[in-house]
Amino acid sequence: MLTIHCPNCGITAEETEFHAGGEAHLKRFGPGSSDAEFESYLFMRDNPKGVHFERWRHNNGCGKWFHVARDTTTLEVFGSYSAQTTEPPQDILDVITDRHPDWTQGRNA
Amino acid sequence: MKKYSVFAVAREAMRHHTGWTRAWRDAAPKKKYDVIIIGAGGHGLATAYYLGKNFGITNVAILEKGWLGGGNTGRNTTIIRSNYLQDPSAAIYEKSRSLYETMSQDLNYNVMFSPRGVIMLAQTEHEVRGYKRTAHANNLQGVSTEFIGPEKVKQLVPIINIDGPRYPVLGGLWQARGGTARHDAVAWGYARACSDMGMDVIQKCEVTGIRQSGGKVTGVSTNKGDIDCDKLGMVVAGHSGHLADMAGFRLPIESVSLQALVSEPIKPCMDVVVMANTVHGYMSQSDKGEMVIGGGTDGYNNYTQRGSFHHIEETVRALIETFPMVSRLKMLRQWGGIVDVTGDRSPILSKTPVEGVFVNCGWGTGGFKAIPGSGWAMAELMAKGRSPLTDAFGLNRFVEGRFIDESVAAGVAH
Ligand SMILES: Cc1cc2nc3c(=O)[nH]c(=O)nc-3n(C[C@H](O)[C@H](O)[C@H](O)COP(=O)(O)OP(=O)(O)OC[C@H]3O[C@@H](n4cnc5c(N)ncnc54)[C@H](O)[C@@H]3O)c2cc1C
Ligand SMILES: [Zn+2]
Repeated sequence: MLTIHCPNCGITAEETEFHAGGEAHLKRFGPGSSDAEFESYLFMRDNPKGVHFERWRHNNGCGKWFHVARDTTTLEVFGSYSAQTTEPPQDILDVITDRHPDWTQGRNA
Repeated sequence: MKKYSVFAVAREAMRHHTGWTRAWRDAAPKKKYDVIIIGAGGHGLATAYYLGKNFGITNVAILEKGWLGGGNTGRNTTIIRSNYLQDPSAAIYEKSRSLYETMSQDLNYNVMFSPRGVIMLAQTEHEVRGYKRTAHANNLQGVSTEFIGPEKVKQLVPIINIDGPRYPVLGGLWQARGGTARHDAVAWGYARACSDMGMDVIQKCEVTGIRQSGGKVTGVSTNKGDIDCDKLGMVVAGHSGHLADMAGFRLPIESVSLQALVSEPIKPCMDVVVMANTVHGYMSQSDKGEMVIGGGTDGYNNYTQRGSFHHIEETVRALIETFPMVSRLKMLRQWGGIVDVTGDRSPILSKTPVEGVFVNCGWGTGGFKAIPGSGWAMAELMAKGRSPLTDAFGLNRFVEGRFIDESVAAGVAH
């Protein structure tokens, strides 16, 4: 059972209040993009064994989306941050590198 | 390899069982193989088996980071059925189901295949329509299934409550030739047969890198050193994304945890498999008498082989309405496996951007039933470069938007 913090309304609650929404920071491709770009955006996923940036929705609370950084091998939650960003903020990256000094950021993130 | 038979059992009984030998050799890696298969789950082992049996390719190693069948093959709830909706699925799943019928004889290893019948309950009007459509599709595909009414369901499953307040049973999709098999035995039987053909099944051998030169695979790096190969099959279920990353490409797959649980053993009370997809629960009774129960996947990416407790709670809560007797059962064990889920809930059997590297993955929550058929098809793909059974399941379907949508047939785990 994960304990997650919603940065929108400030509540920290257990996982059942939230809904997981998959990989964060996907770059959206629109009309005029190549087949490969569409494929990558729609289907390809980093699915890392380790640090994962992902979307969550506070659906039994304020109803808003936000982002979480989490380790898929330990289920440790590093922190939450606003969905209004295209990359993880420095304070979250600091928490991660503090825990995993040799971690490097994956392709999508 | 010593053949197992009633005579062998009698002979060993006479000499206090001192003559049994190991079922497969514990091998150390050679320098080079024609084919390396990563992952000694059912799909990897079956692929190796059919490479040898159907194509005479026996200079093969199967590398396993843990122990034989310790992945999803040894963690699943063993439901076997082939009542999918789309034609390519029906072809490979039905091939697989039919191979299960003779697997014990083919492998000379008792996999305890039990074609006891599988019902998928229709508990909403939408499901009634969906399953009638599947039954029609199955008839056209030559897969024998039928839509049955609630009275027939009650007759087949006396312990079921067909007029529950929220989800009454309105009927069901019945496949009489579906059933279950012993999961470990499937892995062990294939391993024994592969070892007998001279293949090396190497446990505790983790692949840590894919070596290539000029866009072509040359071998793998492992914790037991580098091993060369001409062709490489990645058959690692939940770890497919991780292995693809080593090879330098990505897959349309996310890894999530799927959990199951078993009750204390009780007297025989249900001799078919029942799946209730609307409420996300399914149940069968093992030969030991335990009720084997499974549900839906957890929502988030996960590599830990455990999941969140509330999913177990949801599954059991749903089943109690349909099977009131479950409320009196003590649960003995609960576990999770990491399943590899694709967007269209169909598997990937494909060439990859690296020449000589093939993937077999994406079976997600429902690949135990597919083990022999998938191995058969994957062996053909690896030996000949294409197979009629795998044509539709290539990675190119995601570029072309040509999905094999089984999200209805496989909407819940099984
Ligand atoms: C709880 C649960 C219930 C299920 N119920 C059903 C069901 O009722 N019916 C059904 O049809 N299906 C079911 N499934 C799905 C089914 O179990 C899987 O689809 C199937 O077992 C996959 O087999 P596999 O051989 O592809 O993978 P696995 O059996 O997982 O084998 C892959 C192997 O690769 C190894 N590996 C991974 N990385 C490496 C590496 N780097 N180097 C070397 N080896 C590596 C792993 O250790 C593992 O042993 C269920 C799954 C779960 C988890
Ligand atoms: Zn909130």
